[in-house]
Amino acid sequence: MKINTETFKLTEPGSFGRNALIVGAAGLALSAAGYVMDSKQFFHSYLVAFTFWTSIGLGGLFFTLLNHLVGSEWSIVLRRISETIMVTLPIMLVFFVPIIFGFHDLYHWSHAEAVDADPILKAKAGYLNPTFFVIRTVIYFAIWFIFARMLYNMSIKQDGGDQSNNERMRRISAPGMILFAFTATYAAFDWLMSLQPHWFSTIFGVWYFAGGLLTALAFINLFAQVLRKNGVLNNQITIEHYHDIGKLKFAFTIFWAYIAFSQFFLIWYANIPEETIFYLDRWEGSWQSVSLLLIYGHLMLPFLWLIPRATKRSLPAMAFIGVWLLLMHWVDLYWSVFPNFHEHGFQLSWMDLTTMLGIGGIFIWAMWVRFSKNALIPVKDPKLDKSLHFANP
Amino acid sequence: MSETKPKEEKKVSIVLAEFADPGSLLQAAVKTREAGYKAFDCHSPFPVHGMDGAMGLSRSPLAKIVFFCAMSAVCGMIALTYYVSVVAYPLVISGKPFFSYIAYAPPIFAVGVLTGALTTVLGMLALNKLPMPYHPLFNSANFARVTDDGFYVTVQSNDPQYDEQKVKSFLASIGGKNVEVIQG
Repeated sequence: MKINTETFKLTEPGSFGRNALIVGAAGLALSAAGYVMDSKQFFHSYLVAFTFWTSIGLGGLFFTLLNHLVGSEWSIVLRRISETIMVTLPIMLVFFVPIIFGFHDLYHWSHAEAVDADPILKAKAGYLNPTFFVIRTVIYFAIWFIFARMLYNMSIKQDGGDQSNNERMRRISAPGMILFAFTATYAAFDWLMSLQPHWFSTIFGVWYFAGGLLTALAFINLFAQVLRKNGVLNNQITIEHYHDIGKLKFAFTIFWAYIAFSQFFLIWYANIPEETIFYLDRWEGSWQSVSLLLIYGHLMLPFLWLIPRATKRSLPAMAFIGVWLLLMHWVDLYWSVFPNFHEHGFQLSWMDLTTMLGIGGIFIWAMWVRFSKNALIPVKDPKLDKSLHFANP
Repeated sequence: MSETKPKEEKKVSIVLAEFADPGSLLQAAVKTREAGYKAFDCHSPFPVHGMDGAMGLSRSPLAKIVFFCAMSAVCGMIALTYYVSVVAYPLVISGKPFFSYIAYAPPIFAVGVLTGALTTVLGMLALNKLPMPYHPLFNSANFARVTDDGFYVTVQSNDPQYDEQKVKSFLASIGGKNVEVIQG
């Protein structure tokens, strides 16, 4: 990896993208073999991987919208990274296609005879039916695609010196944020919550978003550190920026816990069987240890780890917690999806790994192809200078 | 300006010097620190970027105080809810155990946050020795401009290497104008 310090474009992209493509292709090939061997296991693993990488894309979209909306200065040097994540999000629609073939393995409500025999599912059939499900997913991706492309294109135009869209990027972000909230919520309802079609929780979408944004922050952090390791943007993305990402990670660790606890709290308090079943399933057998792992690993450890100033300003400490948070988000989604399949305790499968590497490798490769083509920071942004010289008090 | 005298027995005198702008104040702070003065301060109408580093100030201990107090409040609240629901007034509510800590998580969290916030504000005031209704510097007519367009460096007589004449000439030598000595 080599960078031109005038234009901030890569003169030599290095092997990073190619390696990601190899890992992704190998992962997908192995996963395809897994599909032949055990389709039910494959689809559940695949759904976890699909929702994992989609949530990172959504986190990148949210981070970009948010920073436009509040006019933040510190984050300008990170904007191109989050923009590229967000503009890569639409490729996840391609990865949604296999899920259509896995409807019967994943979603109880997709079986017509089961719906006929069940008055609750019958009543929900107007919403929960395969055709409308696919239409909705296409709509979500269309909305994400439109906002991602608009903002990305304006940002690239700005690199060429066109300053006419600076205020428009902010104005677009406001409706973008509202639509983001609706689409992310309903996407979580559809893809994950409808796995248990009798169960419902209105806060479920916020839980998915909270975990996704936290993971996107960890991903942006790790991505910047990969660049740093290759000697790219070392003087642009400084320890001050890592410190701020660390603060946001800390905040959204608490936010995730707050949301996850709120969902649990109300269900626990009301103690109605049709709601408590969700947590009972996740307290059975070895699922209990996964539930506890989320409390200690997804909340306690990052909370205590990210409190001191020293860890947020240490690159190895931030790299560790970044990897850890990615892992915990995967556990969180696994905990959400798999009790419907392995009911009496979790059973890891090699397909859990290959689907993650497969989709992840392709996602990172697609992101890298776009990222390495343009300037790595928004070189003509009027706030860039403030971001470059940003310092925490 | 006024004839009010400070109540303390030990009187502190202060050497005051005026500087033209934030930049020269910053340089003066660096030079004063490098000259070895410890009991000195800088005054300006607005926060000057980089002043903490120029004056060689260490980080505030406030964060540690807040962490300790907030965590103590959390522990105290756990103890309180346990005492109330198990020891003092055990009641079965909707068939749940006496110590249903899940139900108490919101108040435990809220009191933890509240204590953290109050400790931050009160601790900040205490560490800054605020409120401070009287300060010898109020006796200087020139110093009144500190809320408008005045930039000042002060050196206090409780500094180990304080010598009134030397301090006066030192402050003048680094560009200080209107050097005056204020008796506390």
